[in-house]
Amino acid sequence: MDMLFMKTKSSRFFNIQDSLFKYVLIGFSILVVLLFVILFYMLIDRSIPSFSANGLNSITGTVWDSEKGLFGALPAIAGTLISALIATLIAIPISLGMAIYFTEYAPQRIRSVLSLFIDMLAAIPSVIYGIWGLWVISPIVKTYIQQPIVGSIGFIPIFAGPAYGLSIFLASMILAIMVVPIISSLSIELLSSTPSSLREGLISLGATKWETVRHVGIPFARLGIFAAIILGLGRALGETMVVTMAIGNSYIWPFQSPSMFAPATTITSKIASELYEATSTLHISSLMELALILLVVTILINSVSRVIINRRSKREYF
Amino acid sequence: MAIISRRGKERLIKYLCFLVTTVAVIPLLWIIGEVVVNGVSAINLEFLTSLPAPFGESGGGIGNAILGTMIINAMACLFGIPVGILTGMHLSEYDLTSRLGAVVRTVVESLSGVPSIIFGIFAYSLIVLTVRHYTAIAAAFALGLMMIPLVAKATEESMRVVSNDIREAATALGIPKWIRTTKIVLSIAKGGVLTGCLLAFARISGETAPLLFTSLFSFFWPTGIDQPMASLQVLIYNYAMSGFENWILKAWGASLLLVIIVVSINVLVRSLTKPKYKGGA
Amino acid sequence: MRTNRKGVSTTLVIGVLIVIIAAAGLGYYLLTPPAPEQAATLTAGGASFPYPLITKWISKYNSQHTNIQISYQSIGSGGGQSNLFSKTFDFAGSDAPLSDAQLANYTVLHLPETVGGVVVSYNLPGVASGLKLNADVIAKIFLGNITRWNAPEIAALNTNLTLPDQDIVVVRRSDSSGTTFVFTSYLANASASWTLGKGTTVNWPVGIGAPGNSGVASSIKQTPYSIGYLEFFYAKNNSIPYAYVENRNGQFVEPTLTTISNAAKVGASLLTKDVRFPIVNLAGDSVYPISSFTYILVYKDLSYMDKAKATATVGFLWWAIHDGQSYSEALLYPKLPNEVVVLGENILRQMTYQGRSLV
Repeated sequence: MDMLFMKTKSSRFFNIQDSLFKYVLIGFSILVVLLFVILFYMLIDRSIPSFSANGLNSITGTVWDSEKGLFGALPAIAGTLISALIATLIAIPISLGMAIYFTEYAPQRIRSVLSLFIDMLAAIPSVIYGIWGLWVISPIVKTYIQQPIVGSIGFIPIFAGPAYGLSIFLASMILAIMVVPIISSLSIELLSSTPSSLREGLISLGATKWETVRHVGIPFARLGIFAAIILGLGRALGETMVVTMAIGNSYIWPFQSPSMFAPATTITSKIASELYEATSTLHISSLMELALILLVVTILINSVSRVIINRRSKREYF
Repeated sequence: MAIISRRGKERLIKYLCFLVTTVAVIPLLWIIGEVVVNGVSAINLEFLTSLPAPFGESGGGIGNAILGTMIINAMACLFGIPVGILTGMHLSEYDLTSRLGAVVRTVVESLSGVPSIIFGIFAYSLIVLTVRHYTAIAAAFALGLMMIPLVAKATEESMRVVSNDIREAATALGIPKWIRTTKIVLSIAKGGVLTGCLLAFARISGETAPLLFTSLFSFFWPTGIDQPMASLQVLIYNYAMSGFENWILKAWGASLLLVIIVVSINVLVRSLTKPKYKGGA
Repeated sequence: MRTNRKGVSTTLVIGVLIVIIAAAGLGYYLLTPPAPEQAATLTAGGASFPYPLITKWISKYNSQHTNIQISYQSIGSGGGQSNLFSKTFDFAGSDAPLSDAQLANYTVLHLPETVGGVVVSYNLPGVASGLKLNADVIAKIFLGNITRWNAPEIAALNTNLTLPDQDIVVVRRSDSSGTTFVFTSYLANASASWTLGKGTTVNWPVGIGAPGNSGVASSIKQTPYSIGYLEFFYAKNNSIPYAYVENRNGQFVEPTLTTISNAAKVGASLLTKDVRFPIVNLAGDSVYPISSFTYILVYKDLSYMDKAKATATVGFLWWAIHDGQSYSEALLYPKLPNEVVVLGENILRQMTYQGRSLV
């Protein structure tokens, strides 16, 4: 370790260095906030034409017709929220199970292979996930999963037919696969950082590995895992390419047919699909308004999760 | 009393976790298999070093896209990683309770949910419209912004779990706070920070939308960072959606290459840091 | 300093690696053949329909003029237009012509570059080819008014085929596109039953939205009893059968290079009145009705660019409507009829740089 602190320097020098460093950090944090504010402002500025023309109809309306100037986005908003939620809910047990397996049960050789796998999952371009979903998975899911379910419990509205391959079901599944590496790799890091004294203490009392994880590992890493989940949720909310290719892009769900197997749309897929060709100011503005809605939703979700975390954060700092 | 014995529960959990891991690995093997099987036939020396051939002709390669991706990704990292780490450090060590900290934290988390296409539009409005042409710098800006939330959050969380004893010991030794933060706490949290950086790098290597608004594409070798530049991300998208067999094959090859590059960087970086997983007793 | 077992410092290793990579990059950069002196670099983009042809043109033109590098990116007709308006593109490709309102704000010329056709493709087990349709039937199918394959309207046109008693699965575009624009223009023109108007995107009441022509192609291929519309090239390349569509003369015309060219030849005279005139549903022998020109949009006055770029732009566009057309048919694009080439020459002659013509 550097012997810097051993050289004779006055404590005032250290204070200057400390203050300098602190202000550098604050500076960069403010930079990030500034960039965000500019982004927010840009979205608001571009959404104004749509907001003044449509008012609240953008959020509550269910008809999107660019020819007639109607831009109701409720199915898209619902699609975003539901698909991200389902994807994250599916991903959480899988990621945690993987993380626990990795840190507690897996032998060393499997660990290196598994960590490679997780990295590979994260490395695949989202365009490839989309193509895989569209070309490879969609017919298989339709024939082997959706159609049997429609056949057997299709009277329940959520599982009603007809079974389209491209649907909110397919999109949620692929999103889940994309969210897993984020949550699991961060959880693995956090679970591994459990102080060994705590773990060893419990083990010396005869606890099984699961009990150790449950009573020490997870409570210790709880906040970080929650943060990882929110990061994963954010990824699912903002994913564009995969959803555009796998969700079917239609307003059929949820108001024409509430079935999971019906094609739907999300905010991101709508923006990605229509932005390139949109020429009327109102159309572009409506898409910007959608982006703004997504941003506000993300902020809301994060604020709520912040409140939950703050109730539990105990570490003092100094 | 418990219906399942403690040992039984232990075994049950163990198999459950193993099962869940297998479930997660299956689609991975499948999609990796698709990429490898479809892409490996496209990769050869010409593929890696030459410029794209026009439509309808065989041969040609993706050399300029490989170079372009490396340049753009490197610039994005130069922007995103330092800003992310410094912000994360700030949140974890200096600012747990103040209102500024809360604002920064909310901003960082909200950034993680912004669709990539919006970052593209943002960079387009700020940079491309100002200089009136597409540039790779704008791409680096957009991608760097995308990296910040992942890096900052991972840094913050990893540094947060470092035990307070370390900090107290450092202060007792008279180590100034900034050295304690950078050289001690950060190096203990290194694993998590690196994970965040690698996740962020993997993320930007796979996003097409921001690049379509910033660096666009080029059929020629990169001539400068202030010009449009080819990239693997855009190339894969172009070729895959083209409907031309030869190009679709190249798209798979390019995807395989992208995955190899990203995974190699992951493996390289991880192997340079001390192995962290001591695991079960 | 942190060292591993052999006493080598990790920081040193990382530092050395960075230097090696940087040196490799620098060496690579210096050793690749120096780029020929840049006379001009043009950036363009827009409609995805002519993308294959334009990339061919760019490559061939560059081999003759190595100092002119052009890039064209498919971001859709609307994207092309807005980038042209903000002058971040030097020229744009667009399937849909500009409206009068837009032309009032921007003095932009439309140069017809090539012709395309939109086909109605289907996946009908048992019917490998030869399905006949007309505008009314197509309109009703895509409106969701006709829902089964053996509906009387379809059967009436196809007395030689046995149509299955199955639901029709409609596939249409999820993204805005010039293909949709041409398709809906045709339906709006040819069928009284069509209510959705024309545009790059319409409010489809039924059907799954697939992304891009290739998305529609793969959806149709995977979904039995489906029907959809896509560019001729994609259907042909993916070996998806397409319908014979009834034209204004009452003939059921198969979309081929010839029949689409016929549409262009018949429509050429209409373009002299207004270059933006749509050529869907024209009367003529063996004319395929769902055809359209696609345009390159460029400013009339290129003084805002530097001289080299302006000359390069005009040079490339001139070459494209002349020599470039020789590459069209191999890629399944019809050649421009001669009258349209002459029209294009006149359009290009109007382009000026600081008051003087560029041609």
